[in-house]
Amino acid sequence: MFTDKLKQDVRFIEGLKACINCGTCTAICPAAQFYNYDPRQIADTVQNGNDTEIEQLLKSDTIWYCGECLSCKTRCPRDNTPGYIVQALRSLSIKEGYYLLSEKGRQQLEIKRRVGDIMLKYGYCVYVDEIETGYHPEQGPIWDWYRANTESILKKLGANYKGSGAGTLRKIDKADMDELHKIFEETGAMEQFKKLEEEGHE
Amino acid sequence: MNDAGKKRYWKEYQKNIANDDYYYARSCIRQNFFPGSEETFLKILRETLGKNVFDDPHQTTCTGIAYHSSIVPQQTTMTVVARQFSLMNEAGYKNFIPSCVTSFGIYSEMMETWGHFPETMEKTKEHLKAATGRDFKLPENIVHTSDIIYKFRNIIAAKAKYKLINKATGKPLNVVDHIGCHYAKIFPEKGLGGAEYPVVLSGMIETWGGKVVDYPERRHCCGFGFRQYIVKENRGYSLSNSKKKFDSMEPYKPDFIVANCPGCSYFMDRWQYTIAEMEGKTYDENGYGIPVLTYEEMAGLVLGFDPWKMGMQLHQVSVEPLLDKMGIVYAPADKYKDVNGKDLGKPLQPNNLKCY
Ligand code: SF4
Ligand code: SF4
Repeated sequence: MFTDKLKQDVRFIEGLKACINCGTCTAICPAAQFYNYDPRQIADTVQNGNDTEIEQLLKSDTIWYCGECLSCKTRCPRDNTPGYIVQALRSLSIKEGYYLLSEKGRQQLEIKRRVGDIMLKYGYCVYVDEIETGYHPEQGPIWDWYRANTESILKKLGANYKGSGAGTLRKIDKADMDELHKIFEETGAMEQFKKLEEEGHE
Repeated sequence: MNDAGKKRYWKEYQKNIANDDYYYARSCIRQNFFPGSEETFLKILRETLGKNVFDDPHQTTCTGIAYHSSIVPQQTTMTVVARQFSLMNEAGYKNFIPSCVTSFGIYSEMMETWGHFPETMEKTKEHLKAATGRDFKLPENIVHTSDIIYKFRNIIAAKAKYKLINKATGKPLNVVDHIGCHYAKIFPEKGLGGAEYPVVLSGMIETWGGKVVDYPERRHCCGFGFRQYIVKENRGYSLSNSKKKFDSMEPYKPDFIVANCPGCSYFMDRWQYTIAEMEGKTYDENGYGIPVLTYEEMAGLVLGFDPWKMGMQLHQVSVEPLLDKMGIVYAPADKYKDVNGKDLGKPLQPNNLKCY
């Protein structure tokens, strides 16, 4: 059942050819060095096609540990890409609502608010005005200085901060923002954002 | 060794880079975190190299960060990518040059997927039409912006004001090159030198007089990890991976780090500050840390551009030790002034990391 669903995602087909369980992906994987995470095991589980095991995976923190660096794509001797398999598993986990059963999965709402909403508001995936050293202490005192003097600094650098026309950090026109919003509506991003908000709230 | 055979072998590590008439696709991360770098790139292309490059106000985010942190469906990203291509078609260009390494990976991945699964291309066409009324054609040439600087590195060398050489000792500077994972690890054939021998930055460094540091974790990820950085609770992942690299490069005494990915440059700058504040550890002998440059800043310094007009005052790790080593003439006092010379006040000093 889950295998059929996964096969509807081209990233699953592209990501899993035939895994020989060599573990090369795990050896190179930065996530495996930090978390209790093993991409070889993920490839093996989906290859075996056991529904109970795949369901466990979809409900687990495991699929959310990958950093999508795609180092595994370069190295796999059989042309598999565990990073792509993970993308397909994450999408299915959200679709089935299983992501709510893991702590890492539930973080999707936070990401929607920190990246998704910013894209819809500014047309950029990050925006200087919205980044604070409270949530981002690693930005350091230099960031506070930048935020306190954003306009003057950006002027010196030749940026077009909030200006019309081209240039660094320009304001994106309403017509262009409208097209972006319509694409999000047409392709299911809005629906997914709504789902994350509603289910996250419950 | 048979030279023809050698050339044939290396051919697969080369790629075609258009010579002129570029459509510039800007990077959200670079504009926000290194807001002087893209203007520096355009200045080099237009003024130093005399190239035609179009800076289109109509483009938006490529959605790459959202895609890799699994908050948008693949078709959303495909359709936004298709819209960017449509804008390029409309402007009459064929050579697409994204500034962001994540974007470069995104454009390459979507094009590859359209090729392998033509039905996804059909779907994207339908979506784009329905949402915007647009159609699109693929670019003829797509390379990362660092590839362009690599291509013209000899011209830049000929016009250089400074070299990547320690002025006092006459020795080449030790430079760490960090290639963003999505530059060549996803599609090795799309990166200069592939994933094994990426030359895009080392080629610039050596041409401009520096020496490349080959250290054990040279090809390890900076640790961005998308959701692993965005969510505060996960950020130890990001920090630990950068730390692994710093620990590995430290014995080689790098004079600076350069990256072609804006995310990597940002992380390697800010995680040094974080490690200094958390553990009191810095990776140079004097407590300032190792300066981290974007490749635009490195090229700009070589060409004699003013570091404060390129935005190098926005790094948390001070760049002055590098400027001094290179013998660059600059005005230290202008660092924290606005365009009219008005003093903007100084940022607070970190507790452990020394700053200028
Ligand atoms: S590197 Fe490839 S073949 Fe080896 S375990 Fe990983 S996915 Fe399987
Ligand atoms: S993409 Fe994910 S699984 Fe693959 S090496 Fe990177 S972190 Fe590991």
